Amino acid sequence: MSQDSLDSLVTSENDIDIRLDVDDEYEQERQSGRRRKRRRRSGDKKEKKKKHQRRRSSSSARDGREERQTKKRESSKKQREKHFKERTTERNEEEAQTSSVKATKTNKNINNEKTRKTKTAERETEKRNEKKMDKSPKTIERKESEGKNTDKSKERKKHKKVQNSSDEEKTKEESEEDKEEQEELDKEQEEVRSECLSPEELEKLKEAVDERKKLIQSLRVKPWPMKKKLVSLRESQEFVEKYEGALGKGKGRKIYAYKVIMTKKWMKFERDFENFKTTLIPWEMKIKEIESHFGSSVASYFIFLRWMYGINMILFCLTFGLVMVPEALMGRPYGSIPRKTVPRAEEASAMDFAVLWDFGGYAQYSVLFYGFYNNQRAIGWLKFRMPLSYFLVGVGTVAYSYMVVIRTMARNANESGIGDDNSFNFSWKMFTSWDYLIGNTETADNKFASITTSFKEAILEEQESRKDDNIHLTRFLRVLANFLVLCCLAGSGYLIYFVVRRSQKFALDGLENHTWWERNEVNMVMSLLGMFCPMLFDVISTLENYHPRVALQWQLGRIFALFLGNLYTFIIALMDEINLKRKEEMIVKYNITTWENSFNGTVSENSTATPISLHPADVPRGPCWETMVGQEFVRLIISDTMTTYITLLIGDFLRAVLVRFLNHCWCWDLEAGFPSYSEFDVSGNVLGLIFNQGMIWMGAFYAPCLPALNLLRLHISMYLQCWAVMCCNVPQERVFKASGSNNFYMAMLLVILFLSTLPAIYTIVTIPPSFDCGPFSGKNRMFDVIHETLESDFPVWFSKVFSYASNPGLVLPFILLMVLAIYYLQSTSKNYKEANVKLKKKLQMQNEENKKKNKRAALKAQMDLEEARKASSQQKHVSPRRHQDVNEIHCSRQRHYYSKNGRNPAPPVGDRSLRRSAPRTYQHVNPGPPGYLPGLPRQSETRMHRVPSLQRH
Amino acid sequence: MGNKQTIFTAEQLDAYQVGSLCFVINTSSLFILIQKLFYRYRDLAPQLVPLDYTNHPDVKLPYELIGSMPELKDNPFRQRIAEVFSEDGEGNMTLDDFLDMFSVLSEMAPRDLKAYYAFKIYDFNSDDFICKSDLEKTLNKLTRNELTDDEVRMVCEKVIDEADLDNDGRLSLEDFQHMIVRAPEFLSRRKPNNITYILIWF
Repeated sequence: MSQDSLDSLVTSENDIDIRLDVDDEYEQERQSGRRRKRRRRSGDKKEKKKKHQRRRSSSSARDGREERQTKKRESSKKQREKHFKERTTERNEEEAQTSSVKATKTNKNINNEKTRKTKTAERETEKRNEKKMDKSPKTIERKESEGKNTDKSKERKKHKKVQNSSDEEKTKEESEEDKEEQEELDKEQEEVRSECLSPEELEKLKEAVDERKKLIQSLRVKPWPMKKKLVSLRESQEFVEKYEGALGKGKGRKIYAYKVIMTKKWMKFERDFENFKTTLIPWEMKIKEIESHFGSSVASYFIFLRWMYGINMILFCLTFGLVMVPEALMGRPYGSIPRKTVPRAEEASAMDFAVLWDFGGYAQYSVLFYGFYNNQRAIGWLKFRMPLSYFLVGVGTVAYSYMVVIRTMARNANESGIGDDNSFNFSWKMFTSWDYLIGNTETADNKFASITTSFKEAILEEQESRKDDNIHLTRFLRVLANFLVLCCLAGSGYLIYFVVRRSQKFALDGLENHTWWERNEVNMVMSLLGMFCPMLFDVISTLENYHPRVALQWQLGRIFALFLGNLYTFIIALMDEINLKRKEEMIVKYNITTWENSFNGTVSENSTATPISLHPADVPRGPCWETMVGQEFVRLIISDTMTTYITLLIGDFLRAVLVRFLNHCWCWDLEAGFPSYSEFDVSGNVLGLIFNQGMIWMGAFYAPCLPALNLLRLHISMYLQCWAVMCCNVPQERVFKASGSNNFYMAMLLVILFLSTLPAIYTIVTIPPSFDCGPFSGKNRMFDVIHETLESDFPVWFSKVFSYASNPGLVLPFILLMVLAIYYLQSTSKNYKEANVKLKKKLQMQNEENKKKNKRAALKAQMDLEEARKASSQQKHVSPRRHQDVNEIHCSRQRHYYSKNGRNPAPPVGDRSLRRSAPRTYQHVNPGPPGYLPGLPRQSETRMHRVPSLQRH
Repeated sequence: MGNKQTIFTAEQLDAYQVGSLCFVINTSSLFILIQKLFYRYRDLAPQLVPLDYTNHPDVKLPYELIGSMPELKDNPFRQRIAEVFSEDGEGNMTLDDFLDMFSVLSEMAPRDLKAYYAFKIYDFNSDDFICKSDLEKTLNKLTRNELTDDEVRMVCEKVIDEADLDNDGRLSLEDFQHMIVRAPEFLSRRKPNNITYILIWF
């Protein structure tokens, strides 16, 4: 076996093995001390241990010799293992004993007495122990000690050194010996420490302990190899454990120990809590997994989905907690009044699944929809103001959504605003573009491609900024593409308008007279447009030659504009239906009043008869257009969800299965060729999500169950889509970073929010509520509930103040003030932006200036060095001093560097002890100066002063 | 299968916890994590790695095995990563090196540390400067040699032009850190996924 392998073997073992290399004399001496101690503590084990120790001492001596001279690896390894086991057991015992001593003071006193007894018997050895004890803290702190005792011990050491000098690895031996002595003494020192420590020493000790602690805390941040970390950690921990108990006496010590234990526990708790917090973020690991396989653009969709889930959770809590539950618990039960009962005509089929699936029957007459709620002002023993709560929740839903969306947008804008800096464009591309999360060969291939294209684009931009002759073509193509898309959109818009007008005409004629196509024309046209237009846009967008992220945004914007047509038709259809229902309602209302009048007339004739009580199911009632609107939205959401899931299963899963299993028996390669696996369609999914949310916002007022349904849908689609992506999709052809597009999603969401609240608010404000259903029945307008509450529930002065405040004379100036404030804020923000740009420019200028300055300084330093080299070449014997100088410069530069970065320089004590222990571990593998990779050529001196080598600190 | 007592001693576990493995804890307990990492390590070469680590056996896995891990196999810099973290500089890793690597590359590791190791990784010839040849190597690895020589030269010039603060024609660690801490990934509150950031997939 070669020397190297042996050495590496030695290094890999615990530092306990170091003892093996020690000369016999010391070993025996040490053991005798140990034996004494053991005799004091456990008499019965004495004989056995003695045997052990003898055998060990002899074998270890032999061992050491073997290692030094014959280098037989096999036998020594066996021996060492044996010893290791023995020693660990012994050591553990000892540690247990010492710790027990630490724990109780009384125990310690007893021990001290015992030591005094034994003093008379073994005076000499005890004395020596004490001397060593005096020395040990000082050696650790590396303070100059001038006492006699230490001098003596030093002499003794020197003597030993002379003895050892015949060995080859003299320096190594020394360091080991030092360490060993120290360790040994540390342990035995416990008992006598209190006597031999003066206040100044205590102070020093305290400092040393604090420094060690700092070292332990900062250990994680240091760029050392794990082994070095472990070694220094172990040493520092031992040190701290040993000495921190010594600080303070009596009660103070106890409190100190308690404090230390508590801080330790607190730190551990904090660490656990941090870990716990990361596990609490919902779906974090799932999204991470997807991100690692599909890049961040796909993950951005799932993050958006999670964000949406959070919003819907709040909306759900609002409607569920303040509207649905109070009504279900405290409102009148089912069947008590007409609006809460299924009408007689529908009773037979009210429980059919087909009807329930369509949200008719019992589902229609439940808390799920607007019509079920009663217009009773206060319900239950809590006097819960149901109609007011209903109205406020409706308003609050919208207000909260606006607030959240705008706040998130502002935050994102802030984040992206900082990263606008483009000064290191190429460097960042070079050093940060690789996504280290990628662990999938396909993704990696795509990433390689996308990095290449991004570099090519950046190069292209760079070249174009130098000479712009090609830009006209690109501009022309982009304008052309936009023109084509606009034509497309206008065409489809006209088509939708045309079809809708036609269908209205058909509806007036009566649907029965027309063919299937004519009846379903609108839906068919809509879905055909939704299917083919995105493809067309995709084709057109290749003309533009945009960055894929920009292309995605354009694509999103265009499809969004197309889908607005969808929304528009839906709203038109809905308004038509509302108008129809209201006409029907007018007729019903008229009929009822005439019927009631006639009934009252008959009653008044014979006033003794009691009024006939009709069963609630038989009472004639209006069509309740609000419930109809709610039902419409719920059905839409359900069908949309179903379509999404089914297309997911068929388009992705079935396709993947077919491609995978038919590939064995097909004419061409299915996986690489035509059908292939599907990609994850980010734009389509995001738009689906956004429009779905728009539907929720529009319909939530008339169907309080919508947020709940949406929550369910999002929950399921989170799992289903995660699964589908992982199992049957392939990563996109061009994986790209999605940094800013999240804000783009938000912007679209805001537009949709605005567009969807408009019709909702319009219906609430302008159309009077139905006369016989819902919380606002009997009122002229829905918002009258506010007025009513103000009048009856608040003191008179309040309503007076409110009426004054709401008169136009006050409101108009207020609005004016708001407009002014907005204008002011906007102009200030603009100014800030300008200032920002100016500052950036200034910074850039400064940077350039600094560069120049640095260059000058570097040149000067180089010249100085040249001179110094010349001088050194003239006088050879001066060179070692110069070397030292260079090292000093090196150190000072390091310090400067660290102070600049706000990091504390490492504690000197820990540093020294580390350096003392490090050579043992690293001297054979790392011949170069610290900070360089082992086994590589040494640094030339001219460079050395510039290198901040972190390993030293 | 062994349990805690047979693989590591309790002190070893404690030491790892405080040492640096706390970067990578996602699971609730350290023991599970270390065990998992250990089995990941051992599964690379079950015949080489013993199940008992209490007496610090000297085992090294060759680079070929380390580089074939799913976390690294598609990374263009896998050889450099292994070399930087291995003690012998040739990519052969002990268990300590292995734990070290994953703790530094995990998401919990501080960014300064990541920047330091990123510098080491990109410094191909280990002369503590990123010079033009290093940049060319990096670029060719990133793009799989798909850029022309002119383009490569231009990009390298641009990089040095942008990031070299003292105008010595190469990037020192200070230059590198100055540049990398201004990267959008470093500034944004989202965790950086582009700078030596590898999740461990259990």
